[in-house]
Amino acid sequence: MRELLLRLWDSRIAVAAVILFAVGFVTLLLHRNLLKKIIGLNIMDTAAYLLLTSLGYIENRLSPIIQNGDTDPTRYVNPLPAGLVLTGIVVSVSVTAVMLALTVRLYQRYHSLNLDEIYASAQKEHGV
Amino acid sequence: MKKTSFRERFRAWDEDRFDLTERTTGDLNRPMRPAPTDRTVSDEPVQRLAVGEMRAFSRIYPILAAILGVVLIAFLLMTVYDLPPFGAANVPADNEVPARYVRDGMAETGAVNVVAGVILDYRAFDTLGESHVLYTALTAVLILLLSLRDAEPEPDPEDVLMRRDGILTTTAALLVPIIVLFGIYVLLNGHLGPGGGFSGGAIIGAGLILYAIAFGFTRLERMLNLKSFRIICLVALCFYSASKCYSFFCGANGLHTIFSPGTPGRILSAGLILPLNIAVGVVVACTMYGLYSIFQRGRI
Amino acid sequence: MAFSVNVPLFAIVLCLVCSVVSSVLSGRAARRLSLALCAVVAVGMGMLLAYGMRTGVGTTYLMGHYPHPWGNELYFGVLEPLLLCAFSVVMGLCLLGGRKHLIEDLEDGKHRMYYVMSDLVLSALIALATTNDIFTGYVFIEICTISSCGLLMIRQIGRTTLASIRYMIFSLIGSGLFLLGVILLYAITGHLLMPNLKEAIGKLYASGQYRIVLLSAISLITVGLAIKSGLFPFHFWMPDTYGYATPASGGILSGLVSKGYIFFLLRVIFRVFGTDVFYRSGVSNILYVFGAIGIVVGSISALREKDVFRMIAYSSAAQIGYVYMGIGISPRLGVLAALFHILTHAITKPPLFLSAAQLSDTANGRLRANWRGAGHRNRIAALTFSICAFSMIGIPLTMGFVSKYRFAAAAFERTALIVPTLIVLALSTILNGWYFMRVIIALYLPVNRDDGAQRSALRKQGVYAISAIVFVLMNIVCGVAAEPLVLLLERGLGLL
Repeated sequence: MRELLLRLWDSRIAVAAVILFAVGFVTLLLHRNLLKKIIGLNIMDTAAYLLLTSLGYIENRLSPIIQNGDTDPTRYVNPLPAGLVLTGIVVSVSVTAVMLALTVRLYQRYHSLNLDEIYASAQKEHGV
Repeated sequence: MKKTSFRERFRAWDEDRFDLTERTTGDLNRPMRPAPTDRTVSDEPVQRLAVGEMRAFSRIYPILAAILGVVLIAFLLMTVYDLPPFGAANVPADNEVPARYVRDGMAETGAVNVVAGVILDYRAFDTLGESHVLYTALTAVLILLLSLRDAEPEPDPEDVLMRRDGILTTTAALLVPIIVLFGIYVLLNGHLGPGGGFSGGAIIGAGLILYAIAFGFTRLERMLNLKSFRIICLVALCFYSASKCYSFFCGANGLHTIFSPGTPGRILSAGLILPLNIAVGVVVACTMYGLYSIFQRGRI
Repeated sequence: MAFSVNVPLFAIVLCLVCSVVSSVLSGRAARRLSLALCAVVAVGMGMLLAYGMRTGVGTTYLMGHYPHPWGNELYFGVLEPLLLCAFSVVMGLCLLGGRKHLIEDLEDGKHRMYYVMSDLVLSALIALATTNDIFTGYVFIEICTISSCGLLMIRQIGRTTLASIRYMIFSLIGSGLFLLGVILLYAITGHLLMPNLKEAIGKLYASGQYRIVLLSAISLITVGLAIKSGLFPFHFWMPDTYGYATPASGGILSGLVSKGYIFFLLRVIFRVFGTDVFYRSGVSNILYVFGAIGIVVGSISALREKDVFRMIAYSSAAQIGYVYMGIGISPRLGVLAALFHILTHAITKPPLFLSAAQLSDTANGRLRANWRGAGHRNRIAALTFSICAFSMIGIPLTMGFVSKYRFAAAAFERTALIVPTLIVLALSTILNGWYFMRVIIALYLPVNRDDGAQRSALRKQGVYAISAIVFVLMNIVCGVAAEPLVLLLERGLGLL
């Protein structure tokens, strides 16, 4: 037990990241409020980026900006995850914008943010 | 809009009597023009339904969510237990890939900031896709929210209200130039230090949004309307695609490119990275401001 | 090196540039540009296919000056250009055939945006099918998600918006899981380029190190892409999405976009996990089971549906089930059958949506009950609908027959799967026949000549007729002369 906890503590950032990921995932999948779904989406994405960033970090090393012409690879942290996270953040901003726009549109149309109520209204309206 | 004091509204909110539709009453008076295709359905407000089934479902959701969450967390924790430790050297990710990026990155790309070299030279195809993701999202939001009525220059009531706020206008007048200037610095400095097109563009976009909040859209509109927006995006993205296409083509066919890394550390160095950063920054700033503007008033 | 190898790069960049340029053109010009783009991409991919057949080796194409594991790359053999050629032809035909409804369904000023989105979908499909880098795959998956959602939500009636948000939510869940899987793979291998990943995974699997992480990465990536393409428990978004989109979008989304994800998954299985690791991990069996259940459930749901569009959409869910069942059977014959079925579905499903839209115009409604005798009023649409429905059922001389035959043949590679596969195939053929024949019979029921309804003659339908005829011809030619196509696919599979 003690060993298990110690080992989890060793990768504490990853533990936090996967818990956040699961929270975001469940919120996105099951919450009925559209705005909270979008919040869940963002938590999920951010957790994934947190995990990715933590992979690049190495203790006692500098950020990957070359200083004084010193290009020894063992002096700097891994630059690749930072670049990937940058890409990921942009993607996440984009899908959030699209989801918010869809939510605005649905609210204008059905006057509700609750997905169940929207379904009920839509079904009543179209009789399907 | 009904005039109510802040206290009353707070109490209403606190006691859960806050009516979400209240804020949109202004919109309800001038409803969205129904799309021409919306023939089969009426556009009248739909009554709230209190269906028994829905109640039953809403009780199941929390239980289902809890079970799914616990299962997922357990599964992922098991995975994490097996992962290489955090912060240690010699993990699998610390292999020859970052070693070459750091060791030869400055000589090969000319960028002092290794991350900029990675995303704009080694892995530039990713970034090409990434800047088009933003463009895709902007177009998608335009499809949904752009109202095609002729833009009548009615003063937005909220606009007028905001503009009277002395604190906001004074602060904005002081801050906006500094923010935009800082954004430009971050943008141009991307290959030399922390920064780059995405961060710089986001800062400039935030500056533009602050300006719009404080002084209204009318003044910005002279410079940034839908037409100029499209042209700016067109020029920036086409330049991006064309230059990267050229550089990919040369790389794949073993040709020599006309872009050289130059002297690392100079502002005019690192080949294509600086111009690409500028193109990306312009696209990001436009997208950020454009999204705000569409969400705020249905047009750019 | 021949010039043809540059085709994928130019195709991707051309699609991106065209999509950006379309935003400043008029709707009509954007449409022409889009059609020209589809034609150019099809021709280019044809050239690349010829090159691949001539040389008989796969090509690794550097995107920049740096080889793997440092820089981005593309990889293509025979399979990729073949599928992409078919995809771009189908996309062009969808845009042609759906023109009438595009004009009706879209708001006046927003036509150009439709073509912006369709160009982006095409670029994402090309990039997904050729990339040699798993993270680039993620970026283009997201482009594909947003732009296909754009194709869907551009028809702004309430139900379509509702369908869009559902589609978006499921897509995002899928890409979230896929991203997490990619991150886990990166954590244990330190690579993102497919050849290096495969090598590292092979070593890790042999040494038994990081076994749990490897298994969860494989399952996360597979499940993520399966959700995005609509495998059985996650097919609920399909009927609304395909059923209420404008017909051209319905065709593109069901015929191409979901197939793009599946083909990317196949590439990941073959080029990242390696068939050995994947088929021993047990994930393939799960795919088989859910695929088989999906076929039955999708067909039964289609049977219960009164709305013809939603019925066709449910049938799509069943076809996705076929593809996953094939992947689950075996890495050789099973995947071959799945690939053939991808082509079958891409060529059969879009004309079904397009002709259903034409028929529902003459029939005054989307419900089957209203379709009595509609076949007499619009003969060409009814004929197209019938032939494509025959192909879905699996009647000889059509592509559907060949792919069902291929699935049955593949099942004999694994003794344990022979009986269940044959039962599912038989059951699905019966169900398919039942629900499609019901519609076809309704179409050709006799009606009064003088009921006031007008016949829409062939020449009045213009471009729709052209696209319908080309679709039907493609279907029958590939159905009759399937052997060369199968050989081509087999050869491509060897190079994957």
